[in-house]
Amino acid sequence: MAEYLQNFFPPAWKWLAYLVAALIHCMLLNVVVAGGALIFIWLERKIAGRIQDRLGPTRVGGRFGWLQTLADGVKLIAKEDLMPAGADPLLFRLAPYVSFCASFCAYFALPFSDNWVGLRLNVAVFFIIAVLGLEVFGVILAGYASASKWSLFGAMREAAQVVSYEVPLGMCAVVPVLIAGTMDLVTIGEMQQGWFTNWFVLHDPFTFVIFWVYFTCATASVNRAPFDLAEAESELVAGFHTEYSGLRWSIFFMAEYGSMFAVSGLAAVLFFGGWNGPVPITHWLGLAGSAHPILAYVANLIGLMNFLLKACFGVIFMMWVRWTLPRLRIDQVMTTCLKYCTPIAAAMFLGATLWAYAFPGGWLLGPSVPLGAVREGWLNQPEAAEESGTPHEPAPAPSVAQAAGRAKGTQSPATFEEERP
Amino acid sequence: MIHWHSFFFLLFALVACGFALAVVFTSNVVRMAFYLVLSLGATAGLFFLAGADFVGAMQLMIYVGGTLVLLVFGVMLTAQSPFISMRTKAGEWIASLIAGGLLLWVLLVAAFKVGEWRAVSPVPLADQSAPAEGIATGAETPVTASRLGLGLLGARVDRLEEGDPQIAGGLSGYLLPFEIVSVHLLVVLVGAAYLARPKKRISAGPGDLP
Repeated sequence: MAEYLQNFFPPAWKWLAYLVAALIHCMLLNVVVAGGALIFIWLERKIAGRIQDRLGPTRVGGRFGWLQTLADGVKLIAKEDLMPAGADPLLFRLAPYVSFCASFCAYFALPFSDNWVGLRLNVAVFFIIAVLGLEVFGVILAGYASASKWSLFGAMREAAQVVSYEVPLGMCAVVPVLIAGTMDLVTIGEMQQGWFTNWFVLHDPFTFVIFWVYFTCATASVNRAPFDLAEAESELVAGFHTEYSGLRWSIFFMAEYGSMFAVSGLAAVLFFGGWNGPVPITHWLGLAGSAHPILAYVANLIGLMNFLLKACFGVIFMMWVRWTLPRLRIDQVMTTCLKYCTPIAAAMFLGATLWAYAFPGGWLLGPSVPLGAVREGWLNQPEAAEESGTPHEPAPAPSVAQAAGRAKGTQSPATFEEERP
Repeated sequence: MIHWHSFFFLLFALVACGFALAVVFTSNVVRMAFYLVLSLGATAGLFFLAGADFVGAMQLMIYVGGTLVLLVFGVMLTAQSPFISMRTKAGEWIASLIAGGLLLWVLLVAAFKVGEWRAVSPVPLADQSAPAEGIATGAETPVTASRLGLGLLGARVDRLEEGDPQIAGGLSGYLLPFEIVSVHLLVVLVGAAYLARPKKRISAGPGDLP
């Protein structure tokens, strides 16, 4: 994109092209996070209403209450922004932004369609899990800085819960990585092209089980009911955000919905083929992989729809669970993590490894792609061998340029073009 | 004309150093932890800038997401008063200055002694000062994590072009030491959990507690 924008700028202003490209990427991602939060909050109210046999919002903005979230937002902006007298002012003010930044950063590496990704990282899965783990820090800071016992209890529960659930969550995310042989989310998505039987959730029985474990752990790690002990309103008033009001409070919520969508999107790419639809229609029509830029763009748009639909299903599923199941106690939360999720994840991990060893063809129903094609592929590339000298070379200017190029969000052609199924 | 790479390098370096100093000079423990988060996050940014994605993500995961959360958790568990502050005594200042100064001296000497790091770069400086071309050409996604994994298994990833399989294969991997260390850590964790478990038979009254 930066290269494209350069055509519009005089050569001396090329740096501006990078800035504009970076800003556009950030704005697009921001629209996804903030706009997503607007829609999901409305949706959650409607779904909660349906489940509890009432209507939910009906008045604001027509029959379905479309504008309810916007009205809420206006109300929140107009609210007085209180801070307790005993609070630590700096940390109290900064805590919501820490949460939001962490949840927003995860979107950098999340591919929305074929190669439509803010920053194509080689370790995207790992990056997303690492960054989403930082969200807890905002909650802890909020709980501590509020100087309120309710907040502190909520924050402590949250810390214990999230740190524990990162273990099974990482173990679950490793299984699709193991099957794909790479942590690059774009490549993982590309490997699941074709019919829905190519999706990793149907790869073998173990991945099917591990998807549910992943979803449980993801629900817990984004602090949603039935694992929302940090804000258990029946015991802790409102948990970590007891003392927050107005816009700061709503930023916490934006972060929560943002990370819900992020973990659902990660699940969509890891287990449900990402932007690949259940039926390869775009391939039949010759849209996907077409050399013509407009056709490829249309294919990517359809892929974007696929991805957003899948991720929204994940979020809706989380809402369904939230309004169906009662909240667990803290010891039950820990038991679920340490006595059920972690052992099941470990067993499924071993099972998936053995399956990959026993059936190198892999796919349960669909066409088979030899496993390990991607894994070993880069070894044979001549330029990889050339590059590999860099760790000991002095002042590696090319890699510096590469890093800067990726920092600006420039898109790269698919690295694994040759090995793709 | 802004050289974005230098700009971000300076930005991250300034943030890392500035908040590291803030950690030293503040007395509130939780604020210290927060400044440390920013400092370590900026260090992760430096790693990303240098093209070491895996190390950067590792930095975020282990130090920022793991260690510091546990640190704040520990502070909250053991807090006696709402906001703990730590006053550093004069003797501690002197001791820490000596230790820190020695470490800094060792690192600086090491950094300037290694000749390879100061050698002429393969790309002429004129090219480096023209960021647009450099950025435009280097848009490939480098494969960093697999190489680290292979290195762990003992393969010399920097010597892959060597014909001799003995050299290319490397002599010994780090897998065995790594596994030994991880099993040790597991044993330590199990031991700690055992020690921390309440002993049911010994009934300690509230007065007996430390």
